[in-house]
Amino acid sequence: MSPTYYLYLSAILFTIGALGVLLRRNAIVVFMCVELMLNAGNLALVTFSRINGDLNGQIMAFFVMVVAAAEVVVGLAIIVSVYRTRRSASVDDASLLKY
Amino acid sequence: MPAVILAANSMHGGGPETAIFWIFAPLSVLAALGVVFSRNTVHGALLLGGVMLSLAVFYAAQDAPFLAFVQVIVYTGAVMMLFLFVLMLIGVDTRESLVETLRGQRLAASAAGLGFLLLLFAGLRQAVITSSAGLSVANNPPDAQGNAVAGQGNIFEIASLLFTRYIFAFEVTSALLITAALGAMVLAHREPHEPKRGQREQMRDRFKIGTHPTPLPGPGVYARHNAVDTPALLPDGSPSELSVPPAVEELRLERGRNPQPAELGGPPSRTRRP
Amino acid sequence: MTLEAAAPFTAASGSFSGTWLLVAIPLFSALILLIGGRRTNKWGHYLGVAAPLASFVLAVILFFDLIGKSGADRRIDDHLFSWVPVSGFQANANFLIDPLSICFVLLITGVGSLIHIYSIGYMANDPERRRFFAYLNFFVAAMLLLVLGDNFVALYVGWEGVGVASYLLIGFWSYKPSAATAAKKAFVVNRIGDFGLSIAIMVMFATFGSFSFADVAAGAPHASKATMTTIGLLLLLGACGKSAQVPLQSWLGDAMEGPTPVSALIHAATMVTAGVYLIARSNFIFDVSPNARLAVAIVGTVTLVFGAIVGCAKDDIKKALAASTMSQIGYMMLAVGLGPAGYAFGIAHLLTHGFFKAGLFLGAGSVMHGMNDEVDMRRYGGLRKYMPFTFITFGLGYLAIIGFPGLAGWFTKDAIIEAAFHKGGTSGAIFGSCALAAAGLTAFYMTRVMLMTFFGEKRWADDAHPHESPGVMVVPMWILAIGSVGGGYALILSGRLAKFLAVVVPRPADIAFKPIGVIGLGTAGVVLVGVVGAWYMYGRRPVPVVAPVGSPLTVAARHDLLADAFNESVFMRPGQYLTRLLVYFDNRGIDGFVNGFAAFVGGTSSRFRRFQTGFVRSYALSMFGGVVLVLAALLLVRG
Repeated sequence: MSPTYYLYLSAILFTIGALGVLLRRNAIVVFMCVELMLNAGNLALVTFSRINGDLNGQIMAFFVMVVAAAEVVVGLAIIVSVYRTRRSASVDDASLLKY
Repeated sequence: MPAVILAANSMHGGGPETAIFWIFAPLSVLAALGVVFSRNTVHGALLLGGVMLSLAVFYAAQDAPFLAFVQVIVYTGAVMMLFLFVLMLIGVDTRESLVETLRGQRLAASAAGLGFLLLLFAGLRQAVITSSAGLSVANNPPDAQGNAVAGQGNIFEIASLLFTRYIFAFEVTSALLITAALGAMVLAHREPHEPKRGQREQMRDRFKIGTHPTPLPGPGVYARHNAVDTPALLPDGSPSELSVPPAVEELRLERGRNPQPAELGGPPSRTRRP
Repeated sequence: MTLEAAAPFTAASGSFSGTWLLVAIPLFSALILLIGGRRTNKWGHYLGVAAPLASFVLAVILFFDLIGKSGADRRIDDHLFSWVPVSGFQANANFLIDPLSICFVLLITGVGSLIHIYSIGYMANDPERRRFFAYLNFFVAAMLLLVLGDNFVALYVGWEGVGVASYLLIGFWSYKPSAATAAKKAFVVNRIGDFGLSIAIMVMFATFGSFSFADVAAGAPHASKATMTTIGLLLLLGACGKSAQVPLQSWLGDAMEGPTPVSALIHAATMVTAGVYLIARSNFIFDVSPNARLAVAIVGTVTLVFGAIVGCAKDDIKKALAASTMSQIGYMMLAVGLGPAGYAFGIAHLLTHGFFKAGLFLGAGSVMHGMNDEVDMRRYGGLRKYMPFTFITFGLGYLAIIGFPGLAGWFTKDAIIEAAFHKGGTSGAIFGSCALAAAGLTAFYMTRVMLMTFFGEKRWADDAHPHESPGVMVVPMWILAIGSVGGGYALILSGRLAKFLAVVVPRPADIAFKPIGVIGLGTAGVVLVGVVGAWYMYGRRPVPVVAPVGSPLTVAARHDLLADAFNESVFMRPGQYLTRLLVYFDNRGIDGFVNGFAAFVGGTSSRFRRFQTGFVRSYALSMFGGVVLVLAALLLVRG
C-alpha cells in the first residue's frame, strides 16, 4: 500500500469533521468536530513528511497540536461563560446579527 | 511496540503497516461518524478520543514516534479530558433534538460535503507520488563521510530542527500558550454578586427556624436488613424518612421495591441540600 | 474689381497707438457706473455723456491723421494683445483704423454723444438714469469694438456685446412684462443670426486657418466657390439677424418697448447697421461668390418692400419709424448686394440714415415727452404750434427720408435706385422697380406720420399739455437736422466717399450720380405721388381717433404682415411640441429607466439580505461552499 491511502483517509476525516460543524447545534460538539478536522490535517502533514523524507511536516504537525491546545482552552472558556449567562449552549442562539 | 515500529520502518509499506492501516482506518472513520451523529455528547467525546488514538497508531506506523506519544499525552490526555470536564459542567444530560431548524441546511451540507470529498479524491488521484522516501534516513542521518551511522533517532532530529530552524516559532507558541491560559482564567472568572458568606452567616443559616441543624439519623439495622435503603425506626415504631437519602429513595421507586412510609401518606421527603 | 494693392497693414504709431482708448473709455465708464451703484447717481449721467464725447474727440483726431496719410497707408493695424495664442488658432485683439471703420466710428461716437446728451433730459424723471447711461456706454464700447476689430473674432465679440446691450436696454423697464418679453424676443431672434455668423467664422477658420480680414481676403480667390458661397450665405444670415432683415425682422417692432434714446441709437443708427458693415467688410468673400451677393440683394429688396408696407399701417409712432428703419436698411442691403457699384452708396445711405433717423426718433421722443408718453398717433394732432422746434427738426428729417431734392436722403437713396437699374438684366429691373415703388411708399407713410402728428385737429387725451422739450433735448435734435440737410453734399458730391473708401471696398466703375436723369425724375414723381396720396387720405378729412377696420392688407400690415403668426405656427408650436415630447420621454423613458434600475437594485437587495440569517451554521455552510468552488476551479485549471 502506498502512503496515499493515508491521504484519502485524512480527506474522509476532514469531510466528516466539516459536516459535523455544519449540522450539529451544540457548541461543544461543534468544537469537537473542529478538533477532528485539525487531526485530519495532522495526519496529512505526517504522511507528507514521510513521502518527502524530511521532518518539516512533523514539526508543523507538532505546532498544530500546540496551537489547537491553546485554542481549545480559550474556546471552552468562552463556551462556559456564555452558558453561564444564557443558560444555553446552542450555536443557533447567537443570531442577532441578521437582516 | 518498538519492535513493530522498527519493523515497519524498514518495510516502507510492507505487510504489518498494511494490516495496521486496514484495521484502524475503518475504526477511525466509524468513530468519527459517531462523533458527528451521536445524540449523547459524552459518547461523542469518547469516540473522538478513540479517533485520536487511532491517529496516534498511524503516526507510529509512519516513523513518527514522538508525535504519536505527544498525540496520546497532549491531545487525547489533556485536550479531550478538558472537553469532558466542560461537558460535565455544561449539561451532561442534554439531549439534542433531531429536528433541523435551518431550512435546507442538511441537504446543502451533505451536497457540499460530498462534493468536497469527491474533489479531494480527484485531486489526490491526479497527484503522482512515484515513491516515498521514508524517514529512515531522516531519522538517522549519515555522518560527514556519508557512512550510515546508528543515529540518535527521531526525537533527536526533531529537537535539532525545532531549536535551530523553528526556534522563533517555538518561542512564539510558548507565549501563545501562556496567553491562552491567562485568557481562559479571565474569561471564566466570576465576580461574586453578593459578599462571600462568612462563618457567621453560615451559622445563622444553619440555625434558622425550620432547618435541621443536627445530623440526620442513619439507616436502620435489623435482624434481616441493614442496607442503606432500610429506614430507621422512631421511638413510636414508625419508620423515619430522614434516615434514607433521597437519591436512594428515588432508586427504590424506580426499581419497584417495597414502598416506603412516604408513599403511604406520610409527610414527603425533603431535600437537605443547602 | 480687386482691392487696391492688398499690401500689409501699416503698424500703429503716434496717435493711432491710442486707438484702444476709443473702446476703453466708454467701457471703463460703464464699469464705474455699474459698480459704483447708487452712489454715482448724482453725477453718473455727466460721466456717461463725457465718455462717448471723449471717444468722439479722439475719433476726430484719428480721422484727420488718417486723411493725412495717403493711399494704401490708410490702413493702420494696432496690435493690442494676443487673446488666444494657441498655435494654429491665433485670435488677436487688434484694432484696424481704415476709412470704413473710421466712418463708422465717427457715426457711432458722434450721433451717440448727441443721443447721450438728449437722454439727460429725456430720462430726467427716471430714478434708474445712471444705469441707463452705463448700459448705453457699454453699448457704445461694444459697437466700437465691432467696427474696429481687424479679425472676425474681434468683430464677433463686439457683435455679441451689442446683442447683450440691446437686450439690457430694450428691457430697461424690466417691471413691464411687455418690455421683458420684447427683450427676450430680440435676443432670441438675434441668436439665430449669431449662429449663422459663428458657423461662418468656423468655416473660414477651417478653410483659411485664420480669422483676420487680410488673411481671408488673400485666400478668398483661391478657395472653392462652394465654400465661399456657404460663408457668404451664413454671413448674410448673421446680418439679417442684427439688421432686422427678412426673415429675422420680427424683433425690431417689439424693440420699441425700450426708451426712445435706445430706439434712436441702437435700432436706428448703429446696431442695426452692423449687418451692413459686416457685408461691406466681407466684400472680398462676396466678390468670389456672386450667388451669395445676389442673395443679399434679394433679401434687401424683399425687406425694403416689406418694411414700407408695414409702415403704412402702424398707428404707434415709434413702430412706424421702426418699420421705416427696416425698410431703409433694406435699401442699404440692396446697395451692398449690387457689388462694387453699390458699396459706397450703401455706406453713404447708412451714414445719412443715421442722422435723419436718429433725428426722427429723437423728435418722436420729444413729442412723447410732451404728450405724457402717449405713442398713439391717433391721439396727437396739431402739435406744430405747441412744439415748434420739434416740428422743424422732425420736418427736416422727414424731408430727408422721403428724398426731397437737395437733402441727404435724396442723394443717397436715389443713388441706390440708379445703381440698381444700372445693374441691368432682369434682376436689375426688378430691384430697381421695387426700390422705386418703395420710395413712393416711404413718402406715403412718412407724410402720414407728419400729418397725423403735427397737423389736423387736436385729438388729445384730456390731461395732455404738450410743451416744447428742454434745451438739452432740443439742441441734439438741431444738430442732427443739420446733418440731415448737409450730409449728402459732404458724402456723395464728386464721389468723395467712394474715393475715400476705395482702399477698403472696390471702386465703382465710375458711376456718376445723375440727379437729373430719367431715374432721378422718376423717383421724384413717385415721391410726389406718395405725398399727395397721404394728404388725400389723412390731410383732407379728420383722422378718426379709433382705428377703422381697414382692408385685409391693412389688417395684415398692422400685424406686421402676419410675421409673428408665421413664426409662431412654423417654429414655435412645433418647438413646443418637441420639447413636450422630450420631457415626456425624459420622464417616462429615462426617469423610468433610472427609477426602475433603483427599484431593481432595491428589490434584489431585499431578496439578497435574507442570506444574512444570523446563524453561524449558515455562514459556515457558505464558506464551505466557497471552498468547494475554489477547489473545483483549481482542479479545472491546473489538473
